[in-house]
Amino acid sequence: MNQDSPPVAAMQSIQPNSVGISLNACIKCNICVSYCPVSEVTDSFPGPKYAAPQSERFREIGYPYFQDAAGDNPSPPGRGRVPDASVDYCSGCRVCNEVCPTGVRIAEINARARARIVAAEGLSLRNRLLGRSDLLGRVGSVAPALANALLHHPLSRRLAAVLFGVAERAPLPRWHNRTFSRWLKRTRSRRLRSERKVVYFHGCATQHYEPFVGMAAVLVLEHLGYEVVVPPQSCCGLPLLSNGEFSAAETYHRRNVAQFADYIQAGYPILGASTSCTLTLKEEAPELLDLEGDEGTQALKRNTWDIFEWLRERENQGQLPAGLGPLNNGQEPFILPYHAPCQLRAHRIGKPALDLLALIPGIDLRESHARCCGIAGTYGLKSEKYQIAMDVGAELFDFVAAQGNTSDPAVQGAVSFTACDSETCRWQLEHGAGLPSRHPIELLAASYGLYDLQARQPLNEN
Amino acid sequence: MKRIQTEILVIGGGATGTGVAWDAALRGFQTVLVEKRDLTHGTTGRYHGLLHSGARYVLKDADSAVECIRENRILRRTHTHCIEDTGGLFIVTPEDEDDYPDRFAAACRRLDIPCDEIPASTALLREPLLNPRISRVFELPDAAADSFLAAHATAQAARQAGALLLPYHELTGLHLSGGDGNRAVSAAAVLDTVSGEELRIDADLVINAAGAWCGQVAALAGVEVNMILGKGVMLATNARLTNTVINRCKMPGDGDILVPIHTVSVIGTTDQQVSDPENLSIEQWEIDLMLTEGDKLVPGLSRSRILRAWAGVRPLYHEPPSSHEPGHRPAPHPDGRASQPEAKPASPASRDATRALALLDHEQRDGLSGFITITGGKWTTFRLMAESAVDAACAQLGAARPCRTAETPVPGVEQGHYWLGHRLDEVESANQQSELICECELVTRSMLEGAAQRNPTVTLDDLRRDVRLGMGPCQGGFCTYRAVGVLHQLRSDETATDAADWKVAHIQSPAHHHLDGPPADGDPAEPAPAAQPDSRRPSPAIDPAAAVSQPNLLLRDFLQERWKGVVPILWGDQLRQERLDELIYLSILNADHLPADEGQSPLSEFYRTGFSYQDPA
Repeated sequence: MNQDSPPVAAMQSIQPNSVGISLNACIKCNICVSYCPVSEVTDSFPGPKYAAPQSERFREIGYPYFQDAAGDNPSPPGRGRVPDASVDYCSGCRVCNEVCPTGVRIAEINARARARIVAAEGLSLRNRLLGRSDLLGRVGSVAPALANALLHHPLSRRLAAVLFGVAERAPLPRWHNRTFSRWLKRTRSRRLRSERKVVYFHGCATQHYEPFVGMAAVLVLEHLGYEVVVPPQSCCGLPLLSNGEFSAAETYHRRNVAQFADYIQAGYPILGASTSCTLTLKEEAPELLDLEGDEGTQALKRNTWDIFEWLRERENQGQLPAGLGPLNNGQEPFILPYHAPCQLRAHRIGKPALDLLALIPGIDLRESHARCCGIAGTYGLKSEKYQIAMDVGAELFDFVAAQGNTSDPAVQGAVSFTACDSETCRWQLEHGAGLPSRHPIELLAASYGLYDLQARQPLNEN
Repeated sequence: MKRIQTEILVIGGGATGTGVAWDAALRGFQTVLVEKRDLTHGTTGRYHGLLHSGARYVLKDADSAVECIRENRILRRTHTHCIEDTGGLFIVTPEDEDDYPDRFAAACRRLDIPCDEIPASTALLREPLLNPRISRVFELPDAAADSFLAAHATAQAARQAGALLLPYHELTGLHLSGGDGNRAVSAAAVLDTVSGEELRIDADLVINAAGAWCGQVAALAGVEVNMILGKGVMLATNARLTNTVINRCKMPGDGDILVPIHTVSVIGTTDQQVSDPENLSIEQWEIDLMLTEGDKLVPGLSRSRILRAWAGVRPLYHEPPSSHEPGHRPAPHPDGRASQPEAKPASPASRDATRALALLDHEQRDGLSGFITITGGKWTTFRLMAESAVDAACAQLGAARPCRTAETPVPGVEQGHYWLGHRLDEVESANQQSELICECELVTRSMLEGAAQRNPTVTLDDLRRDVRLGMGPCQGGFCTYRAVGVLHQLRSDETATDAADWKVAHIQSPAHHHLDGPPADGDPAEPAPAAQPDSRRPSPAIDPAAAVSQPNLLLRDFLQERWKGVVPILWGDQLRQERLDELIYLSILNADHLPADEGQSPLSEFYRTGFSYQDPA
């Protein structure tokens, strides 16, 4: 919008923000309070009802029903003070949203409140860095070995804890020795060309830390006969949103809207394997950034799919190729504890990965009903929140441990992997449960005989 | 019968009455105030919370406008913490007449009311929910005022100056002495409505500050005061729609004010002339009108969640011309009929009646000395009303004592202006999150206990006025049973009857209330008042000997009281809320069959009969 255009005209286009207006639906029933995994383990977070619908009525900065620091319309002058700090202890896991019987967007109200605090009081260097997974990824990928040596050295971790407040034991990822983009480039000649195309949104983690998840996705999609297009793309902005930097997140989001516009126009679906990135494109960015009325945002929202959501659709259409093989040579049931991350549950699409993994012969799926692994993106990386995250995750870690209990006659064989759709959750799961964790797409690729689950690389590739 | 002797007796415990007691006590008069219910139970506790700049009345009622702006400036100093400095915007919507804004701005200038025209675009940036079709906007020094807190602070200032305040003491009669030519009011008969005891208060002078009930009080002295009672209906929204007071820039009418007060926005009001100040019905058309007019200020207001509807009644007065002459001495009216001439013009409709204060010196007006009525006016002008009344009292009593209230801040002003986040900030800084009894309005246990122990409390509704208990979205759904439990515990606690000095300045402050603790060796800023019955005897609501302290009665009364205001707006989100509240109280607790059926508080009847739900069948 042109800054010189009269704001009156701008105002006429304002629609109530669906997050803010949902405040009115709260009937104080306490169901969110009884499910919140964070307030259960710490007094630092007084609970979702207190933090969102209750406290929002006392917050002076911004307007509960309308826009805040971000969006087309300039924010109202930040007159007034920030009355509360405890909302920062909301992990944003969205369990409250999931259980709320009246549809209050509790986690989003909290995210907006945090953004107002950041707008009024500024942001720590730590949160500024943690919000920029894209930048961190690119910097480290210049010299991954060196970056890993530097970052993961015990002394550096100690220093990071003391200087920045990044928890010493928190599960930080390692840079991979080559990015997903470089793999794509290197294998360009071998990539499938087809009339049928899908666009792949890889996200920061696949690009810099876990390119093999992207490889598995590409292999499976090509196995279905689709050409995988991977256009230049930006971070979805979620780490910035959850650290309260809305205007930076908006910059990323608008870039993505522009970068994907032509592909959407051409009718290609946009698939992502990271459930948090896809949730951000579908819902979080439009709602939190007051972009629900933006056409490009709407188009991106409508065309974005979780990869398993899309694969399940193919399966329903009878388009999934046969040939899924057992994962451990068929010797004994392959026990797989699966945790559906909070971010996936927020898609409200059921558990499509679970539906498809169930097709793998000899698989013994054990579904976790734990509320949250605790990490919630960058939450559990912060010193003051690390223990909270571990305590929240205990429910999940205990569940995983119980699956390998060999004293149970029903259980045969040991558990060698867990599965989870979100990267930070997998890192936390590995950290807390002590078992390697895989994205379901890696398991599916392995089942098709395309991928080495142990080595995390494509089979038949040099 | 117990007897009390005083110089000045004040009737009525609203803004005006407490103001009069404060003023009189500051001038060194021995002062007693009686109020038939809780302080602010009448109009003061049922107003929208607008501290007028006077601009609303510049073209219609210049006298009132001038009074308002003068008092606006004074109250910001004397009652700072009771006021939120929201500022006010007068907006011109497409429906408003063309030449009014210019005449309005000129009149503001003429009356010295600061009025700045600002671009509509600037106003919309500041208040994005405003009607985007507004063409002109004026900024004025309107503000939001907490009339409960202000009356409590004023009352405390009066106590500190030596006044005795007696809530739940109903005036039942006035004793007249002397014959023709020197008739005077000399004493009042008063009923303690909680204990049932009678009391006689001998007074040199009685000031009738009973607001909408002034006519009834005057009648006890055989004097006719024909009040114009203007009922106003208001609605509160679930959360604030604006942070600034909004007025339509037009001749004052219905539903053209939106006031952000505490956590809600209040849209008001209607103006219906009624005859009885007691039983105010709320009609469907009044609700509809507020919603329709509200949409013109904030489009979508009608679809927003409405928490509650209530009605207050303006004590307006218009002196008939013929009885205005000094020395006019009407004969006593044995038939109770008006003595006005047949030709008198009909009283103006309440919307047109002046909002200026009315001081009736009954010595001059009716030949009855020792009796003064102060009425009319606005909440904004309560201090000035008190000043005029006590000035007149001085004249009658032959004492020349200047008014000091304009320069004397009440307890608590050091806290600065109220701001919306005040309670949340204090709960957070004192880590009181787990101590909340009323979660919606952030009332902590210590706030509730302090108010119940130190302010004469008969019902939970009294505590609502003290600390905002039950005023949020769930309308008592979750705090009623908790509060009853807390009171029950206080009632059975031997030490709870120790009625310490009530630090009224912190009545609404979670952190301060928590930290205040028992009174220490004296705060120099707040000298302990002399031992007085009202502050020393245990609150009836926690006194095991008092019938009104039955937990079931407290619970039933408060549920009934909250229900009264919800019935007229039962749709949408609030209907869903009430369904949950119904499940809690009727299905789980079986509250409509509690063994308290015989129990009555002085207000049980009032709560029960107040609403006007009519079964269409």
